[in-house]
Amino acid sequence: MALSNEQIERYSRHIILKEVGAKGQKKLLGAKVLIIGAGGLGAPAAMYLAAAGVGTIGIADADEVDLSNLQRQIIHQTKDVGKPKVQSAKETMEAMNPDVNVITYHEFINSGNILDIIKDYDFIIDGTDNFPAKFLINDACVMAKKPFSHAGIIRFQGQLMTYVPGQGPCYRCVFKEPPPKDAVPTCKQAGVIGAMGGVIGSLQAMEAVKYILGVGELLTGYLLTYDALKMQFRKVKLPSDTHSCAVCGDHPSITKLIDYEQAECDGVGL
Amino acid sequence: MKITVAGVSKEVKDGLTVAQLVIDENVEMPQYVTVTVNDDFVESGTFEQAVLHEGDSVEFLYFMGGGAE
Ligand SMILES: [Zn+2]
Repeated sequence: MALSNEQIERYSRHIILKEVGAKGQKKLLGAKVLIIGAGGLGAPAAMYLAAAGVGTIGIADADEVDLSNLQRQIIHQTKDVGKPKVQSAKETMEAMNPDVNVITYHEFINSGNILDIIKDYDFIIDGTDNFPAKFLINDACVMAKKPFSHAGIIRFQGQLMTYVPGQGPCYRCVFKEPPPKDAVPTCKQAGVIGAMGGVIGSLQAMEAVKYILGVGELLTGYLLTYDALKMQFRKVKLPSDTHSCAVCGDHPSITKLIDYEQAECDGVGL
Repeated sequence: MKITVAGVSKEVKDGLTVAQLVIDENVEMPQYVTVTVNDDFVESGTFEQAVLHEGDSVEFLYFMGGGAE
């Protein structure tokens, strides 16, 4: 399908790039990205992907918009307080770009529904705030052979890694199992600078765009860490030996998805 | 001897173990940190036995949640 005149104008800053061109823009328009969590990370990721013309964007989140979300979750506005986050996110994305078809999942992801939700997507963005969800997304993506971007943010720090099947370690290669409930603080308990979600969530969108276009080097085999106070990014090389991993290794001991217990106080809230 | 910790060169005493380094570096919640030496994982539970050598490069990888909520 040819790009319309309006699309040629809208995406002109993409099309002019030799790595994108009309061909790349069509790839973006034909791509399907799922964002799990419409919060601090998911908000900027969703907005940049919608603006970029990613044709199908899935967004999963069971929560409603809370006043305390607005300090960083820029896809939601003051008028949206009380609304399901997925609804608010859909309205923002559709207002930004009519080319985008937004599919909402107003539910908690769990071992029973995640494989069904991710199966139609090309790339998954983990924008969740809790370890049970992060391990669930990792294991499901490994089992379903789906690429995904992991990220975490807290206080003035952020981290990011990209998993592509067969091209390096998964999240569980690095972090064997979730820490006990409440052992590691969440944003709610420890706080986070709003712009941290903007920095790291935008990098997740960048990884998705690069994956779709097939350009550059993805953050596979590396953990990118960002310390805002020191204004320092570090790309830490991860061990390449994945053979003994419990889920992506040669003889996986995890062959069924696990619903770990959530930290009570922060609500399961994706 | 000289080692590199999170990208920074440091002078440490010979025979330093990963367990002692974790203490010296004030690693937050050391029981949940993932440690690599020269791009290989140090099995958790073996930090006491993991002796560092001249030129080793050590990284601490921390759990980081956050995002949505
Ligand atoms: Zn793995």
